[in-house]
Amino acid sequence: MKRIVILGAGSGGTMLARHLFKKLPHDLYKITLVDPEARHYYQPGFLFLPFGQIEPEACYRPKTDFIPKGIQLKTDRALIIKPDIQQITLENGQHMHYDVLVVATGTHIAPEETPGMLGEGWRKDVFDFYSFEGAMALREKLAHWQGGRLVVHITETPIKCPVAPLEFAFLADAYFDEKGLRDKVQITYVTPLSGAFTKPRAAAKLGHLLEEKQIDIVTDFAIQEVDNAGKRIVSYDGIEVPYDLLVTVPTNLGDPVVANSGLGDDFGFLPVDKKSLQHRQYPNIFSLGDATNVPTSKAGSVAHFQSELLAANITRYLMGLPVRQDFDGHANCFIETGYGKALLIDFNYETEPVEGTFPIPGIGPMQLLTETRMNHLGKQAFHWIYFHMLLEGRSIPFVSPQMKVSGKKLNQITR
Amino acid sequence: MEKIIAGVTVDVNAEGYLTQISQWNENIASAIAVEEEVGPLGPKHWEVLKYLRDQQSRGTALSIRGIGKSGVVDIKTFYELFPNGPLKKASKIAGIPKPASCI
Repeated sequence: MKRIVILGAGSGGTMLARHLFKKLPHDLYKITLVDPEARHYYQPGFLFLPFGQIEPEACYRPKTDFIPKGIQLKTDRALIIKPDIQQITLENGQHMHYDVLVVATGTHIAPEETPGMLGEGWRKDVFDFYSFEGAMALREKLAHWQGGRLVVHITETPIKCPVAPLEFAFLADAYFDEKGLRDKVQITYVTPLSGAFTKPRAAAKLGHLLEEKQIDIVTDFAIQEVDNAGKRIVSYDGIEVPYDLLVTVPTNLGDPVVANSGLGDDFGFLPVDKKSLQHRQYPNIFSLGDATNVPTSKAGSVAHFQSELLAANITRYLMGLPVRQDFDGHANCFIETGYGKALLIDFNYETEPVEGTFPIPGIGPMQLLTETRMNHLGKQAFHWIYFHMLLEGRSIPFVSPQMKVSGKKLNQITR
Repeated sequence: MEKIIAGVTVDVNAEGYLTQISQWNENIASAIAVEEEVGPLGPKHWEVLKYLRDQQSRGTALSIRGIGKSGVVDIKTFYELFPNGPLKKASKIAGIPKPASCI
């Protein structure tokens, strides 16, 4: 009996396990998921939690709800991978042999990486919303906050869901407006990149949004420290941005098991081939989702598309066939812009987000790179789709793992 | 689009970044450095540029953290070498794409 061990039972690990379970004969292959966390979080909900637009209980379900009998789930933490002897060591001291290993351990925030971020102001006037606890603490804070300088800040890239901080700024604008507090809140968006929009088509089409929503922007800001006493963030070149409320996206790191096993890049992400998702040195190690270093977004849609292709590749590997180079970096993300509207983007390694119709070319009903109510309804419906279709390893009608060029306006800019 | 830099015709994008990593040479780097007001390139600049090109050829995403950990230069010095947005300027001079988000 061959053993497939998947580290991480989040979106990517769970979907992959279910695809493999459907494909492989159960008497020949044993699939084991390893994850220390008992809850499966609906992470897109963390953006809405602080604004009271989703209830906390709607943001999680037990992991066991999504793992069929026949797939083993170990609620434990993997501490070290020994690729040369194909073995994992768990926190409980147990060793596990694997024939195929999949690293799906995701990413987590590491506020301790920035001096002062975990200082006396942490979760008093310095918050994150990339963790359930952080989003809940911020929900309490916003319910009573009477206004001042709100700074929405990205520490460094890459981060999970790169558009979430921008969405947070947009939703905050609408939230305070609806509360009658907008004139008392000054919103500043602080990014280490050269702009809120760094791709030409998105910048041309959406560049006006920040000004329209009266959101100030500070670019090229590489944070050196959070000055808790002075209530300001300071960059390496001495720029200071004062805050009354700092909502930051701390450094995102991969799981320690990757770095501790000597397999990680500077951020502890696992380098794999960007098209096959296979490790270059150890062909029986694969990875998907936020845990990889592949140059596409860290997003649930990516894990979804990867899971289908990776299940096929792992099956091919087990049968002694060459793996396919068929993951194109496809990502598909809603971007909430407030007031019941949203944008939708669909892109891959080669094609930046452009205008068009989705998922049915020429029809829609959703519009790419354009603010519409239908896109927002799509995002809301996604909550149900996530729990009832995606985690079960089902496809969404008309949405293929590889990006479709049809329905996209690739060569023209429309405003 | 095409642009003549240091007497050579190269392909660049709308922001002036080289789109063909192989068209780069040291004269082109020096010319872009002057244009970007980084000034004449010293030995430390060249070390950083070489590191960035190495990282790029390995498919590693560029980050301030990566540079700080590289042992080539600390972050403070990186800012002194390439003032006002060091990553975007250094990558332009190194002839590689600037760090970007998905949109």
